Amino acid sequence: MAITEDAPPGPAERTAPAPPSGAVAREREGRGLSSPLLLTLVLLLAVLAQSPLRGALGTPLMQSWMTVFVAVTVQALPFLVLGVLLSAAIAVFVPPSFFARALPNRPALAVPVAGLAGAVLPGCECASVPVAGALVRRGVTPAAALAFLLSAPAINPIVLTATAVAFPRDPEMVLARFLASLLVACAMGWLWQRLGRTDWLRPPAHGAHEGATRGEAFWNSVRHDTMHAGGFLVLGAMAAATLKAAVPATWLRTAADQPLLSVLALAVLAVLLSICSEADAFVAASLTQFSLTAKLVFLVVGPMIDLKLFAMQAGTFGRGFALRFAPATFALAVGGAVLTGAVLL
Amino acid sequence: MFLLGAALLHAGTTGLYLRYVKAGLQPLLLASGVVLIAAAAATAWYERRAAKAAGAAEPATAEAQAHSHPEPRISWLLLLPLLSLILVAPPALGSYSALRAGTALQKPYGYGRLPGANPAPLSVVDYASRAAYDHGRSLHGRPVRVTGFLALDHSGAPYLVRMALNCCAADAQPVKIALTGTLPPVLRPDAWLEVTGTYTPKLTHDPVNNGPIPYLKVTSARPVPTPHDPYDETWNN
Repeated sequence: MAITEDAPPGPAERTAPAPPSGAVAREREGRGLSSPLLLTLVLLLAVLAQSPLRGALGTPLMQSWMTVFVAVTVQALPFLVLGVLLSAAIAVFVPPSFFARALPNRPALAVPVAGLAGAVLPGCECASVPVAGALVRRGVTPAAALAFLLSAPAINPIVLTATAVAFPRDPEMVLARFLASLLVACAMGWLWQRLGRTDWLRPPAHGAHEGATRGEAFWNSVRHDTMHAGGFLVLGAMAAATLKAAVPATWLRTAADQPLLSVLALAVLAVLLSICSEADAFVAASLTQFSLTAKLVFLVVGPMIDLKLFAMQAGTFGRGFALRFAPATFALAVGGAVLTGAVLL
Repeated sequence: MFLLGAALLHAGTTGLYLRYVKAGLQPLLLASGVVLIAAAAATAWYERRAAKAAGAAEPATAEAQAHSHPEPRISWLLLLPLLSLILVAPPALGSYSALRAGTALQKPYGYGRLPGANPAPLSVVDYASRAAYDHGRSLHGRPVRVTGFLALDHSGAPYLVRMALNCCAADAQPVKIALTGTLPPVLRPDAWLEVTGTYTPKLTHDPVNNGPIPYLKVTSARPVPTPHDPYDETWNN
């Protein structure tokens, strides 16, 4: 569905990517085609249709859409692979008893500990989703795993350093970002512990790895997670590219004049743009018309919930979970950031 | 999956990746490409072994088939970036994106010494910040040479632009210099130009975000090929 609503491409573009989904469905029923064969067919078809495709993609709008789309995907893939490797390692080599010992028994205490542990994962948000999924599967309290999921992309050393570099004249921005992100992550963890129901979480249908060697289980997990999360990453990248290429920046100028509206505008922008958390500080710094608090909101909301993340969470934890989790995170993140901004900035 | 890894390796080794992400990501790209290929190889190897085992014990075939669960359907979406990377290889961001975003010029800490050559080679960002925030004092009236691509706004006014990039093309922001003086008669957007000129105190403001856009009085301009790395990564780093 995203294929059709994203772009106004020529008919050639629409027919080329369309075969997979339909064909896969057919394959499921009448297993006539195997997936490698199908892949070869699609590639051949695309090579044959190359010149009409090029024509359809020649307009500047489509070109910049494609560039941003490919850029987001290419940029996020290494981090996704890192996260997938880490999560596979957790799933296969770390015994569940380790987490039982490492985390405090009381969930209320485990939440802030897990949130702080997020500071160790040196990556952006694409890496944290598979890792959090592996943690849940490994028997960690969901509340703690969610706190980790939210805090890891925002408070790790790389991101904080980038923030310090981007705001040379406002060093308190780094502290504010750290505190606000941690606050929101813990609040979300506690909220989940209070209200969350396990049946909202649909843990990914990983077959138990009995009978398989450790090596096989490891690579199976890597393959499955990459294909799965990668697909959702592509979906998110398409949405982000559409916004980057199609929404005029002048809208922001009108929003910047009113304090309340500016906070909301930057929060929504953070969700829509889906910028990697290692780079968003620079983008925030360039939004010169906005107040520091509004920029803080941008920095806190962005790593916690955006289109790309929403798609990946829906894939990892199930759609029902993502639909409830995302709005709550958004509201809490905006609130926490405004509060911190009012106190610190 | 093998294809994806191979495509990443290809993009990483040929420099194609510079159109999309910053240079610092190259080792990460290569490493993840290797990991993906390794995973594909491991999958193939284990499936082969399973098939062999199934061949030895005939009734196990059905069980083996059930065990190799198919890829989730969503993973077919991974084909899209793959196809566009292999077949189309979209170009780096150009004038279209540059005109839609406001100039990202920021006041620098200080100004380094001018390069010794005459005219002094400067980046777009360097000239723009010296001209906009230092009123050209650190230029000492010397001619400068700047390389960037052309963008024409709706009234046809020419700008020399370089996109500055922090992580990937999604966060690229333009830095613009407006051009006056003697220009080539035909101006084509997205064409790369090497412009020689002198400082002029004229300054305008970007209609998009009100950022400063300094002018450069052009004395000569010549077309150049697209540089190896089309983005400017020197600032912010």
